[in-house]
Amino acid sequence: MPTLLILICLAFFLVKAAPGGPFDFERSLPEEVEANLRAAYNLDDPVYLQLAKYIGNLLQGDFGPSFQYRDYTVTELISTGFPVSLRLGVAAILLALFFGSLIGSVAALNQNSKLDYGVMFFGMIGISIPNFVMAPLLVLFFSIGLKALPAGGYNGGDFYHMILPVVSLALPQMAYIARLTRGSMIEVLSSNFVRTAKAQGLSTRTILLSHVLKPTFLPVVSYLGPATAAIITGSVVVEQIFGLPGLGRYFVQGALNRDYTLVMGVVVFYGCLIIVFNLVVDTLYGFIDPKIKQNR
Amino acid sequence: MNNRIIALIFGLALFGCSPSTDNETALKEIVIGGTSGTELAEDQVFRKNNGSDPGTLDPHRAEGVPASNVLRDLYEGLVSEEANGNYIPGVAESWTISDDGKTYRFKIRENALWSNGDRIVAEDFVFSLRRSVDPKTLSNYSSMLYPIKNARDVVLGKLSPEALGVSAESEKILLIELQEPTPYFISLLTHSTTYPVHPASVKKHGSAFTRPENMVSNGAFTLSNWRIQDYILLTRNKEYWDDANTTLSQVYYYPLDNPDASLRRYRANELDFTDTTPSEQLPWIKRNLKEELKITPYFGSYYYGFNNTKPPFKNNPDLRMALSLAVNRSIITDIVLGAGQIPAFTFVPPVKEYQGKEPAWAKLTQEERERLAMDFYLQAGYSMSDPLSIEIIYNTSENHKRVALAVASMWKKTLGVETKLRNQEWKVFLETRRLQEETEIFRGGWIGDYDDPYTFSELLHSENEMNHSGYKSTKYDALLKSASLKPAGKDRLNDLLKAEQIMLSDMPVIPLYFYVSQHLIKPWVSGLEGNVMDHHYSKYVKILKTETTSSE
Amino acid sequence: MRKTNSLLNDAWVALSKNKAALISATTMAAMVFMVLFGPIFSPYTIDETDWYKISAAPSLLDGHIFGTDDLGRDLFVRTMFGGRISLMVGLVATLVSVMIGVTYGAVAGFMGGRIDALMMRFVDVLYAMPFLFFVILLMVFFGRSIFLIFVAIGAVNWLDIARIVRGQTLNIKGKEYVDAAKTGGVSTIKIIMKHIVPNLLGVVVVYVALTVPQVILVESFLSFLGLGVQEPMTSWGALVNQGARQMESSPWMLLFPAIFLATTLFCFNFIGDGLRDALDPKDRTRGND
Repeated sequence: MPTLLILICLAFFLVKAAPGGPFDFERSLPEEVEANLRAAYNLDDPVYLQLAKYIGNLLQGDFGPSFQYRDYTVTELISTGFPVSLRLGVAAILLALFFGSLIGSVAALNQNSKLDYGVMFFGMIGISIPNFVMAPLLVLFFSIGLKALPAGGYNGGDFYHMILPVVSLALPQMAYIARLTRGSMIEVLSSNFVRTAKAQGLSTRTILLSHVLKPTFLPVVSYLGPATAAIITGSVVVEQIFGLPGLGRYFVQGALNRDYTLVMGVVVFYGCLIIVFNLVVDTLYGFIDPKIKQNR
Repeated sequence: MNNRIIALIFGLALFGCSPSTDNETALKEIVIGGTSGTELAEDQVFRKNNGSDPGTLDPHRAEGVPASNVLRDLYEGLVSEEANGNYIPGVAESWTISDDGKTYRFKIRENALWSNGDRIVAEDFVFSLRRSVDPKTLSNYSSMLYPIKNARDVVLGKLSPEALGVSAESEKILLIELQEPTPYFISLLTHSTTYPVHPASVKKHGSAFTRPENMVSNGAFTLSNWRIQDYILLTRNKEYWDDANTTLSQVYYYPLDNPDASLRRYRANELDFTDTTPSEQLPWIKRNLKEELKITPYFGSYYYGFNNTKPPFKNNPDLRMALSLAVNRSIITDIVLGAGQIPAFTFVPPVKEYQGKEPAWAKLTQEERERLAMDFYLQAGYSMSDPLSIEIIYNTSENHKRVALAVASMWKKTLGVETKLRNQEWKVFLETRRLQEETEIFRGGWIGDYDDPYTFSELLHSENEMNHSGYKSTKYDALLKSASLKPAGKDRLNDLLKAEQIMLSDMPVIPLYFYVSQHLIKPWVSGLEGNVMDHHYSKYVKILKTETTSSE
Repeated sequence: MRKTNSLLNDAWVALSKNKAALISATTMAAMVFMVLFGPIFSPYTIDETDWYKISAAPSLLDGHIFGTDDLGRDLFVRTMFGGRISLMVGLVATLVSVMIGVTYGAVAGFMGGRIDALMMRFVDVLYAMPFLFFVILLMVFFGRSIFLIFVAIGAVNWLDIARIVRGQTLNIKGKEYVDAAKTGGVSTIKIIMKHIVPNLLGVVVVYVALTVPQVILVESFLSFLGLGVQEPMTSWGALVNQGARQMESSPWMLLFPAIFLATTLFCFNFIGDGLRDALDPKDRTRGND
């Protein structure tokens, strides 16, 4: 709760301090109209009162009216934009997790083989190519060249329209997770208890399942937080390139158009989301490794 | 060095797999419109990129080109336009103008209906125009209606909306009284601020009347769906009086603001029409999509304004002239932008009978101009060894950046001027420009709101709040006043022409070029014509049948 | 101080056995040299436009060895200058975050108790901030300046290092020599500066090596949004973004800056991995976010 309060205040004052108002139009407004507009958005109140009103409304789930979309409320905008970002983000995380850990494990189990080097190389590429380069490359190849996949659009989030956005969003994270998994698994495999288990004649399968998996994926789980942050950031780019109606795009549009309420709404909303998510990761972590829980 | 090589290989590999698209259609032959060339496709769906989302679909509060584009399909004003931009009767089937040019009498079509079947009556327009100027409506554009009697006082809150010079003489006869004879008044009636709104639904739903489920409109299309940042879907309006001549069943408006993404989706056949083309891709487009690139002169002027209220430009026409002369405009139009923009030596783009008179130096070669520029520069007290240093402010955009870089490099080369660039986001830029505090040179552009030179001339009137250069000339103001009292005709245009020439000798702004509209339009889209206002009505569009046959 | 030296020595020995890291370090050194001195060998400047060589392909004849961009500016010189900006942003922003983070973490860890709890709680609070969104807002609202990029990115990144350093400090604090100093009446600040901070060097160096490439990527992300450095200055991110837009018609505009960008990220990652193995082999799974 205090976290959220600080977040709201920070966002509020940053936005208040910004030069350029939402009512700066190319054709300047007649005074009377501007006065009415300011009144309609409570901009004439003293700042502390505005903040108090804003927080009061927030408690009722009301993010206020949007400046940019003059007939919509920010709550409405977030509730249409978030499902899109959520679908994109969750799909990307799952894809990155699944393939990342798979590839990483395969590489670790075949350490220093050609396969391993291949994986490492892929990992480096994934990390080194910004997704605003990767996404257009994929579009050129799959949409314009092969004409196999749509070049953009949401279309209600159907499978085909989501493939390219999800892949371009997931690739860097997949690469990162692969590297992480590989490193961690190699370490676990060379640790004493695995060697002991081997010496005891346990089958590779048993060793892998009961001794290796858990410690291997601990760092992956703790990477989930940063990964989510990276995916949220990445979605700003991907939504832009593929023209998806997600929160990231709203945010950028909102910032450029001085849509105070929308920008704050998105920041506050994502803040809440991150808080909840951190809680979940902590719990998950504690679940996998009870020792850690006490240390934290 | 290992890494280097690896990086090189992967780089090359990536390019290797981006397929050569230069021969996208080489293997197949596409036949448009069947054997007659006019056969229609089964699906009459038209997909346009609109550049961004409108802020609202309330015609009286809407602002900007994207909103106007959609509203043009949703609503119809008293006057409409042909595909080529000529004015034709819209909801009004005819009108008469009084001899003093101040009273307009419109006859509303008998068969004009709202999309819910209600009859459109003169009272609807009275309601709508009053709403449009009412300061409580919070309209951005109500000043467009100032030519109507008492409009200015209503907008400023001095009179109630009922005082507006608009009345219903009978159910189907609408009277509009003007403040002054305004020769371009008819063209204002195609602007969204003058569109009618359905009084009953506005009263019932308030600002939510623009929602798809509530909207009652009177244009060729109705609003079916608006998914923010996704698309706007319009469906044919069966109640529209001229529905028999509409062909399309649906129109999609996409809000893609990234022109590169827009181009890619166009190439993937997901769009039939793009709002613009990325200028650095133009050479590629001209090579590969030449037939589909449609470029038309557009009623807009791109200029650099000086801040005439502060040094170094205050009272320094020599310096202003020097900087203007040193800009090689054809480099900007031909190389930097390359879409066929027209180098500008005057401020007002040519429109109808108005053709600005270029100053004498426009006839010189660029070398001669540059020598002249140097003379003026020295007169102003600067030289190559003691150069001017200034800042250009522009709003963030790829094209503005390119122009600014080009101009800066020309000034540097010819005059040794040290130029700093500063870009600001649109809203910040507008504020900076308006305040005239820190601006030295600013980017300006203006698209005419109606097709008359006055929409440009008034920008430099000393009392106009959009006169960001702070230009102040009593002679100029007087000529504008004199023109606004005259009826349409040569005399009036002459006043405006003289005013412009006075202005050009003072050079408070550097005219750079006149805009063109640039669209990519798929070959199966028929019925669109380029026009100087870049107004396109979907009701004229037909989608032709497309067949793909192997040429082997 | 001797302790530090021996640590660095150990690290050096370990690092020099790591081939990938060694090659990366050499490559990086060569690149830095190129970026710094390359433009001297070119007849062109960063903002000089040649209207008759717009988007010209690389050619040895006219000296545009990387070709030109869409305004006829020499891409080699621009790539070199872009490298200066990218590397500088990467290093300075990382240093800003290291400075804040190390101090904060060391103080928290050393003080312990309620102050520690409070300070770490504050870090937790900041963790919930969607920081990149704040960075975007800052850049949009207050205009772009390199300084703002440093501060913004630095302010985002110090949280991780603060946490890591605090953990390490807690570890070191228990060691005998710190206790000895304490009982000897040495002031707190002195202890922190003299005993704690130097011992954190290992973690910090690894952290720096792994953070620099991330910061460079963040800068390129800002460039994509049009919020990067002010033209005519440029950065690798800005160049790559510009190149990506014209990758079909003028691939060299993407290829050259992308090679430099990717190589740098490669190298820093390899160096970071190498350092981590060399300095604290046990901690290889942490602190790389």
